[in-house]
Amino acid sequence: MLPAEPGVRRIIGDGEEVADGEVEGLGDAALLDLYRGMVLLRTYDERSLVYHRQGRIGTYAIFWGHEAIQVGSALALADEDWIFPSYRESAIGLLRGMPPETVLAWWRGHPAGWWNPAEFRVASIAVPIATHVPHAVGYAWGAKLKGRSDCAIAYFGDGATSEGAFHEGANFAAVMRAPAVLLCNNNQWAISTPLSAQTRAESLADKAVGYGMPGVRVDGGDVLAVYEATVEALARARAGEGPTFIEALTYRAAPHATADDPSAYWDEERVEEERRNECLGRFEHYLRRAGVLTDALAEEIKADALARMKAGIAAVEALPPPDPAVVFAHAYVDPPPSLRDG
Amino acid sequence: MAEKTLVEAVNEALHGEMERDGAIMVLGEDVGRAGGVFRATAGLRDRFGADRCVDTPLAEAGILGTAVGLAMAGWRPVCEMQYESFSYPCLDQLITHVGRYHWRTGGAMEFPLTIRMPTGGGVRAPELHEDSPEAYYVHTPGVKVAIPSTPADAKGLLAAAIRDPDPVVIFEPKALYRSPRGEVPEGEHVVPLGLARVAREGTDVTLVAYGAMVQVCLEAADALDASAEVIDIRSLKPLDEEAILASVAKTGRVVVVQEAPRVAGFGAEIVAVIAEKAILDLQGPILRVTGYDVPFPYWSIEHEYLPTPERVAAAARTVLSY
Repeated sequence: MLPAEPGVRRIIGDGEEVADGEVEGLGDAALLDLYRGMVLLRTYDERSLVYHRQGRIGTYAIFWGHEAIQVGSALALADEDWIFPSYRESAIGLLRGMPPETVLAWWRGHPAGWWNPAEFRVASIAVPIATHVPHAVGYAWGAKLKGRSDCAIAYFGDGATSEGAFHEGANFAAVMRAPAVLLCNNNQWAISTPLSAQTRAESLADKAVGYGMPGVRVDGGDVLAVYEATVEALARARAGEGPTFIEALTYRAAPHATADDPSAYWDEERVEEERRNECLGRFEHYLRRAGVLTDALAEEIKADALARMKAGIAAVEALPPPDPAVVFAHAYVDPPPSLRDG
Repeated sequence: MAEKTLVEAVNEALHGEMERDGAIMVLGEDVGRAGGVFRATAGLRDRFGADRCVDTPLAEAGILGTAVGLAMAGWRPVCEMQYESFSYPCLDQLITHVGRYHWRTGGAMEFPLTIRMPTGGGVRAPELHEDSPEAYYVHTPGVKVAIPSTPADAKGLLAAAIRDPDPVVIFEPKALYRSPRGEVPEGEHVVPLGLARVAREGTDVTLVAYGAMVQVCLEAADALDASAEVIDIRSLKPLDEEAILASVAKTGRVVVVQEAPRVAGFGAEIVAVIAEKAILDLQGPILRVTGYDVPFPYWSIEHEYLPTPERVAAAARTVLSY
């Protein structure tokens, strides 16, 4: 668990000295929806690592321990709001009803994994760092200009705040008063580069001041804190008050991706501590203390998530290999003759 | 038809297209209040409002990056890059997203963006105001590129670009912005992408060019004793190979002219197409007249860099000697 830093919002207590709080208006059903979402993403992530090791999917970017950030924010959105994920949020579409086989197909390099963003209001997975931040801002600005009320949320990591695209996107968002939420998953690492080598800023949220937008710090292991902060940011956005930067503090207690060996650079003791205090367990304890979650229900939710993943991997493995002609499909709406002749 | 300058024709196309389609918005640096540093967007903000003709922060990658999101929200953005050399930051968005997003969605979403910018030298401007970067753009899959050389084509190609379902980059030769004037059709005028123009008919040698180099080739043709045909390709992608090959079949001799640095320029692509598809029509080597593989020079001696009618005519005489 994070050290109790001043200015870092936290709602889930520790069952001992720190008392549990609650989010106003969030009933038992909504709490269980958050739990279901976290279990679904955790199961997706853990199974994906297994599938990778079994050679059933390719290189995979692990998000173990980041479920509270993704679920807390995504479930705060209205259905018509758009999500702009980085590769760390590759499976966030599952929270919008996207089937696991779609995302698994993406990680298998199969064209069935390239979805229509309009179907789930989830943009394509952004592989380059931070360049999708201006897309979210442009979407939100464009929706506002069209007189609609939909907002956009962009997910990116701490390393992304060093990129020019983050700066340009954040500045456009503030200048255009775009109804956007910029959610920084500060997991302290950009592959092997620690945050201290990324910035001299005391906090990433401080950067928001320079753009003229609020910067909020939340405990990224606390799904309720993330949820509440996102709800508030969206309320501001819909009220015409512009964007909010949310810094969700967590710790990447897993490799960057399946190809990464973090033993060369990370602190094993710290990792073990973070793994003991991971976000799903914290929320599960909270729900049990609140009497919302029983053993039977937890088992049922976990079994359901696992069944969905098993069905997903079976479905993706049943896909026929791509037709080679797909290489030439969709590069253009109206292809130039050189592509037809080449 | 009225005689207009090339930049006036661009402005007319923008007014006409924005009137026709309420989803079109123009964004860029100084395009609103100032009407653009070359006046290409003059009057748009007053006529269509500050929401559809937007003075953006000074950030070219941000302009193109937000345009991607604007397109996803249902807009048809027309981005101005103030100078071609200022456009380099936007190449990140162009390469990583603009050229790929339609493909990335399995063909489900369209990104009908237009990017327009002045291009080229000959205007005695400071460093990084006179480049010819079309090769960077045309090399990007998913992106189409056109360069007009007349006011009429500037209007017609821009209208085609805006209506095209794919991202299109329009380079406007700034040396031709104010002169010569040319006749521009009134009202709706669309020049389809992918059609070259025979700027001058001839029988002995083919001069292939685009943008400001078309005028250079026309002057070279005047200086030659032989009969030179000048092909203005207008559209780099899609490329009208048929028009080039038809001329080569007729003349058997070719000079390709580009203002950009020589190495891996678009002229090399034209040469390759001719070599692949018409080598048996040729009477001699295909020669290129180009800028050199150096940074665009100090403007007081820029004439030493820019291809001239004399250099083009000399190359044509060499080809004609075979």
